[in-house]
Amino acid sequence: MTETATYPGLAADPMAAPPSFVVELTEFSGPLDLLLTLIREEQVDIYDIPIARIAEQFVLRIRSLPLNEAADYLEMAARLLRIKAQMLLPRVDGEEAWDDPRAELVRRLLEYQQMREVVDVLERAGEERRNRFARAYLPQAPAPPEAPLALSLSELLAAVDRILRISRDPGIHDVIPRAIDVPGAITLIRDLLALRVRARWSEIVPSGAEPWQVLSTLLGLLEMAKLGECRVQQSRPFADVEITRDAASEAA
Amino acid sequence: MTPLAKLLEAALFASARPIPSEELAALDPEASKAALAAALDELREHYDVDGHGVELVEIGGGWQILTRSEYTEAIERAQLAARPARLSAAALETLALIAYRQPIGRAEIEEIRGVSVGSVLKSLHERGLIDVVGRGEGMGRPLLYGTTPIFLEYFALRHLDELPRSDELAVALRAEPRML
Repeated sequence: MTETATYPGLAADPMAAPPSFVVELTEFSGPLDLLLTLIREEQVDIYDIPIARIAEQFVLRIRSLPLNEAADYLEMAARLLRIKAQMLLPRVDGEEAWDDPRAELVRRLLEYQQMREVVDVLERAGEERRNRFARAYLPQAPAPPEAPLALSLSELLAAVDRILRISRDPGIHDVIPRAIDVPGAITLIRDLLALRVRARWSEIVPSGAEPWQVLSTLLGLLEMAKLGECRVQQSRPFADVEITRDAASEAA
Repeated sequence: MTPLAKLLEAALFASARPIPSEELAALDPEASKAALAAALDELREHYDVDGHGVELVEIGGGWQILTRSEYTEAIERAQLAARPARLSAAALETLALIAYRQPIGRAEIEEIRGVSVGSVLKSLHERGLIDVVGRGEGMGRPLLYGTTPIFLEYFALRHLDELPRSDELAVALRAEPRML
């Protein structure tokens, strides 16, 4: 055991366990598991479960479960209490057509139990395989299919250069930070509408305007229309846009 | 050993995964099915009778050379290989249901297990142990799950019917056991 001491990272403190009760419950893989365990512990007949006793035990066990994990258990607790209530209902002695309210629960428990048997089989089989190693060689991922273009960097750069030469105006420019000036455009339109009731797009966009000016005007115009300061109309597609001072906002 | 047995041994040694019978057959197109089976028998006996540290195991319709379990601890102690982590009880329960009732949807698994299984399904799917094999009828056409060849490999099973039949299990279940 001194060997482990040479690997301080591996020497986890086994005593540093979280509160035992919660851990105990997480050992159960669900409410049916807990229920089966209780039935075994109390040594009762699965076909004749003393519901009151088992329900009480069940609720006791799940009391300290964190709420987000408790949902599935709470549903079962509610189910048990309902069965308990149904069992208390008076019934005529010797009545034949009595549906045991526990029947569905018994069916589920048996079904679950059978699944647990399969789990045992799988667990044994998995353990057997786990204890044997295969060759550790991992085949390399297959090479990706050849790309439609196989270029070297210099070929790529040459192609870019060729395209830039063909283009008359390569469009290389300095980026102006925050080139779009929406508030400025709004002020401009507002001033114009203060003088006139109506204006045209061609009048609010200066002739020979830069793209950023066109964009600023468009965004400003849309903003004003949204605020209800003006109305924007167009008689037909691609016609000159007509901007009208909004009478309503004027009245207000 | 016969040349065919040696050829199979070399191929099995080179592969990290079980090799399906058809792929073994492709190693020597001349070899008949019977000759292949005889060669595999020969190889297995060679390991078993002569006493080797490895053995030939049939898994998931294929064949694989594995170390014998008595050497596992020594190999692991020397940190040459590590055993994979065990599956959780929740994962095993979910796998058991899928193995027996596939194709099966999430709702049915949750009904039997009595807990929600969304995250378990996701991790089993990520590990390749289960796959979506279809969609069910009804609301939202739920995804249906089935086991994969990796499932067989993980549990060193030849076929799914190596698992006990549901009527062989101690508790008799459903009136209509839906076996594979």
